[in-house]
Amino acid sequence: MSKNTEKQVKTRHEMTKAEWTWFLVRKNKTAYFMVLPFMFIFVLFTVVPVVASLFLSFTQFNMLEAPKFIFMDNYITLFLDDELFITALKNTLIFAAVTGPVSYLLSFVVAWFINELPPKIRAIVTLIFYAPSIAGNAYLIWTTLFSSDAYGWANAILMELGIIDTPILWFQNATYVMPLCIIVALWMSLGTAFLSFIAGLQGINKSLYEAGAIDGVKNRWQELWYITLPSMKPQLMFGAILAITGAFGFGPVVTALAGNPSVDYVAYTLNHHLSEYQGTRWEVGYASAISFIMFLMMIGANMLITKLISKVGQ
Amino acid sequence: MAKKLRTRKHEVVLNRSVGGDAGITVILAIFGLFMFLPMYYTIIQSLKPMDELFYFPPRFYVANPTLDNFKSLFNLMADSWVPFSRYIFNTVLISVGGTFGNLVLSSLSAYALAKIDFPGSKFLFQVIQKSLMINAVVTGLVNFITLSYIGWIDTYLALIIPAWGSTLGLYLMKQFMETNVTTEVLESARLDGASELRTFWSIAMPMVKPAWLTLIIYSFQGLWNMGQTNLIYSEQLKTLNYAISQINAGGIARSGSSAAATVVMMMVPILVFVVSQSNIIETMGSSGMKD
Repeated sequence: MSKNTEKQVKTRHEMTKAEWTWFLVRKNKTAYFMVLPFMFIFVLFTVVPVVASLFLSFTQFNMLEAPKFIFMDNYITLFLDDELFITALKNTLIFAAVTGPVSYLLSFVVAWFINELPPKIRAIVTLIFYAPSIAGNAYLIWTTLFSSDAYGWANAILMELGIIDTPILWFQNATYVMPLCIIVALWMSLGTAFLSFIAGLQGINKSLYEAGAIDGVKNRWQELWYITLPSMKPQLMFGAILAITGAFGFGPVVTALAGNPSVDYVAYTLNHHLSEYQGTRWEVGYASAISFIMFLMMIGANMLITKLISKVGQ
Repeated sequence: MAKKLRTRKHEVVLNRSVGGDAGITVILAIFGLFMFLPMYYTIIQSLKPMDELFYFPPRFYVANPTLDNFKSLFNLMADSWVPFSRYIFNTVLISVGGTFGNLVLSSLSAYALAKIDFPGSKFLFQVIQKSLMINAVVTGLVNFITLSYIGWIDTYLALIIPAWGSTLGLYLMKQFMETNVTTEVLESARLDGASELRTFWSIAMPMVKPAWLTLIIYSFQGLWNMGQTNLIYSEQLKTLNYAISQINAGGIARSGSSAAATVVMMMVPILVFVVSQSNIIETMGSSGMKD
């Protein structure tokens, strides 16, 4: 204790940077104990996997024998000798490029539209839009709506109207599988980002709009661009990250809707390819390479988009 | 910030055109129907007697509503090889265990990251923020290997412990503390000689109730909706969602009870949201990311 006080007698200016940092570390010992338990679990189950999958991706590993270092072979095979990987990569990119931005826009537009409704009505409308994203496997109703027989609602309507005379096998037809999966993905995509936008819009200081009206903001579009969007940039950032992350992880729902593999592999995603190699074949090195590519794609897309959003209103 | 959400917006004449209002209403109605009809149809299907389920063209209403589908769902449950109560027990145990641990660990960290300025705190939070950018798909493979080395595969722990390190709740709680717990209050407690832990527990935590409610709901929903996983293979350790999806997979003969099963499953998270909506929105008020 006495030693401790002696150290503190030294003022900030007399200490080197390292000494000062060490002083702060000791002063805040409790803080480190407080973050330690969480950080331990987080590092073990999130940071370690990312780093480990990078290392394992340079090896051949089946979990029984020791990993064998093969450098870039897994990546070379993936890109040059694995047609299914290319299909999966293409489908995943199409899927993410459509659902990510559309779900993001949808979340924002709906949140913006309901912003001026009275609170009670707004709460009900929020529930209607948010419910599908938390309703467990309620998305399976789409297989009933688009079922392959005449009891399916889509077929029934088209047949009643005389547009078709035999039922369409929606989820078994290569033309329709991808668009339908995208529609279902969008249906269940108004989640946390949507709630964040609602709260962000509610939190904007109303006097900004009054000031804007005086300064010559003419309509709600100008209001949106000059006042609303810049004021809720932090929420826009947070929402974008959730939208992108969600758009890349959409395997299990496709499997439930269209089966795996889907007809002609039209909705076969990286998610499916990964589970094929990590679950069925136990080629851990190869699967790690797929994991790591997915990691790079998610981080890359997120970095790019957050850069773009930080430019809003500048 | 928090108070502001509740007060009604005061009446200012803003530039609002009637045409714009009408257009917005129409677009909202179209999107709203797109969102609502499938949910509504699920509920309607679960109330239809057998003959109405196979009526052509399918109806968007039910002529003779019945609870038969729910009865046959419970019969199916009673006949299942593993007693259905066991699936419910598993799901509740995993959801409660995972949520509780996540709440305790996240709040401790969130407080330290938001309210104590210690070397490394910015870096740690940056890493956590970045982790929101990756989907659990990426970490699944190595986690399986880790869990099998520890020997937790096919135990509840394989699902509960990793959930403790889930970052979304921590992120929301940290942001909420930053805006809603004033440093002055904490400083005066510290001057009175309260330890950091004590300040955390009796000053900060009561001030962030909406945030921990939100964390509980998010964590619970995630665990509640967890379906099949390669971490568990014993039938008697599997979750309710898995059991329900087996009923859903029963094909056309079970389409009534399948709809009933979906309704039972989705009602829990939806009701929880209805009760807690205002708290969640309040928490989201500070959810923004400031680089």
